Amino acid sequence: MKLNRRHFIATATAASASLSAPMVKAGGHGKPRVVVVGGGAGGATAARYIAKDSKGEIDVTLIEPTRTYYTCFFSNLYLGGFRDIGSIAHSYGTLAVEYGINVVHDWATGVDRDAKTVALAGGGAVPYDKLILSPGIDFVDGAVEGWDLSAQNAMPHAYKAGSQTELLKAQIMAMPAGGTFAMVAPPNPFRCPPGPYERVSMVAHLLKANNPTAKIIVADPKPKFSKMALFQEGWADNYEGMVDWIGPDFGGSDVSVNPAAMTVTIDGEETKVDACNVIPAMKAGRIAELAGVTDGNWAPVNAADMSSKADGDIYVLGDASQQGDMPKSGFSANSQAKVCANAVRGALTGSKVFPAKFSNTCWSLIDTENGVKVGATYEATAEKIAKVDGFISQTGEDAALRKATYEESVGWYAGITSDMFG
Amino acid sequence: MPRFSKLLPLALVALLAARASFGEVAGDPERGAVVFAKCGGCHQVGEGAKNRIGPHLNGVFGRMAAELEGFPYSKSIKRAGADGLIWTRETLDAYIENPRVLVSGTRMSFRGLKKEQDRADVLAYLRTFSDDPSNIPEAEPTALGTDHDLDPAILAIQGDPEYGEYLSNECTTCHQTDGADEGIPSITLWPEEDFVVAMHAYKRKLRPHPVMQMMAGRLSDEEIAALAAYFAKPE
Repeated sequence: MKLNRRHFIATATAASASLSAPMVKAGGHGKPRVVVVGGGAGGATAARYIAKDSKGEIDVTLIEPTRTYYTCFFSNLYLGGFRDIGSIAHSYGTLAVEYGINVVHDWATGVDRDAKTVALAGGGAVPYDKLILSPGIDFVDGAVEGWDLSAQNAMPHAYKAGSQTELLKAQIMAMPAGGTFAMVAPPNPFRCPPGPYERVSMVAHLLKANNPTAKIIVADPKPKFSKMALFQEGWADNYEGMVDWIGPDFGGSDVSVNPAAMTVTIDGEETKVDACNVIPAMKAGRIAELAGVTDGNWAPVNAADMSSKADGDIYVLGDASQQGDMPKSGFSANSQAKVCANAVRGALTGSKVFPAKFSNTCWSLIDTENGVKVGATYEATAEKIAKVDGFISQTGEDAALRKATYEESVGWYAGITSDMFG
Repeated sequence: MPRFSKLLPLALVALLAARASFGEVAGDPERGAVVFAKCGGCHQVGEGAKNRIGPHLNGVFGRMAAELEGFPYSKSIKRAGADGLIWTRETLDAYIENPRVLVSGTRMSFRGLKKEQDRADVLAYLRTFSDDPSNIPEAEPTALGTDHDLDPAILAIQGDPEYGEYLSNECTTCHQTDGADEGIPSITLWPEEDFVVAMHAYKRKLRPHPVMQMMAGRLSDEEIAALAAYFAKPE
């Protein structure tokens, strides 16, 4: 996408004319300005920390199209009936009112890196000194034969939470007795590595209660997946005979779908399905590509501060970034956002910049009060974010530990969402 | 204890190792009955003992933390039990010296028995009401081990609260700053010394929780002090 530079400069000048006394680090236009694109685990956290810790010294604008944000994490628990949809919905009111963040509900449609402005779908442009992109994921065109975004109502991806998740649940609930649910799992790398398999568990839980003779087919291009032994043990123990996971050795990577006919063809064998969840291959949210900071599907960043390798005034957080060893998760994005916020504040106001530390933990629910987790700590090296140490739940753990792990995940949800949204 | 032996190998090994480095104090159950008066306001022990403000203490040795049916335990101690905390000579000794050091969110509001001899005596007394002594390595000397034999030099480190505030960003993904403790304990407003002792106990894998062992494992002594300084008085 080509932008009209003259339009941007004019807008930027108009905007800065209304601002007060210039500061050295703000390029002579008043308070330094940070624009954050994307209000999820990376963007909302970064906006909140910069606003909170700069105590009014930095103007923070958060551009996020939706007024109500549904977290992808815990959306599987909605599918399983453990949460209602309202419990994973969040608004930006506190960030606007208590933290003074300028929340703009619009789509960012382009970045002019010379003029340092972000174009909005609704018209106009927002100037920045530092731009933080945290756009999450989009899907790779043509990744699953027969499926594109126009088929997302017949075969939902439900990998951006909200109406897609509700649609998928309604379709599962409408399955005939003994019907078939199919999932097309994505290739690496993708958002939330245990996500598809937690989803299989939650769909199995829902079907076991409502439609116990139903079947679940998973076509997977990967020979191994996150927490594989834990999930397979959980499926065998709790949903015996219900889940048929088809890895690449059995044709799981040779898949096409027909959304009109509701069929899935795996390794040449066509199956009629009653609900189908297609999770295609992923890439960085489109604005990263439009900003010209991607290399292939993702945006390479420097590990020390999450700055783009293509532009030192742009930072990329979370799923969209290509940073090294961290999984694409809400926890990771939140962790990266705090490192980035510290660095951005230091660059703009001269505040002390501390060394980067990153961590991640992913909890998954297998069945009622049966939670498992995997996690690791990371450090910044010259090449990448590198894993330091990690742990994973064990197979055969007793019920009390699994219950405590689940309760811990509920506590984490409350913790991270208040860390994001205030 | 066989039921839990798979869960806790590291912690048990560490506790046993820690114990070996401690002096041996023999407990006197008769004197312990007198010391127990400090506990009796909340805990009953002996024939017909019932749960009161605290759970009854019959058979406490070898019991998993928060194991008694029908007692409204704190979330913290339930979590500790689920993580594999078993009441042994060593863990009870650490607990009654300072309950919050071992189980941060415990409801047991007791300042602790600072004298080693008092603890040895009261545990010797309680020991007589545990009817399954096979769970305790009775043949070994009843030496006391705690999880807070920290080098005074570590406790003396003055933490930098500004650095602590930055480091705390990693904690607040899970631990809520407003003190909410659903599923995950609150760490806000902890006394600095308790905080430092607890974090070093995770770092040395004495406290059994894989996330915390990992998080504490890579924090330096100065970073733990900085976090303690921040959480003792967050803004």
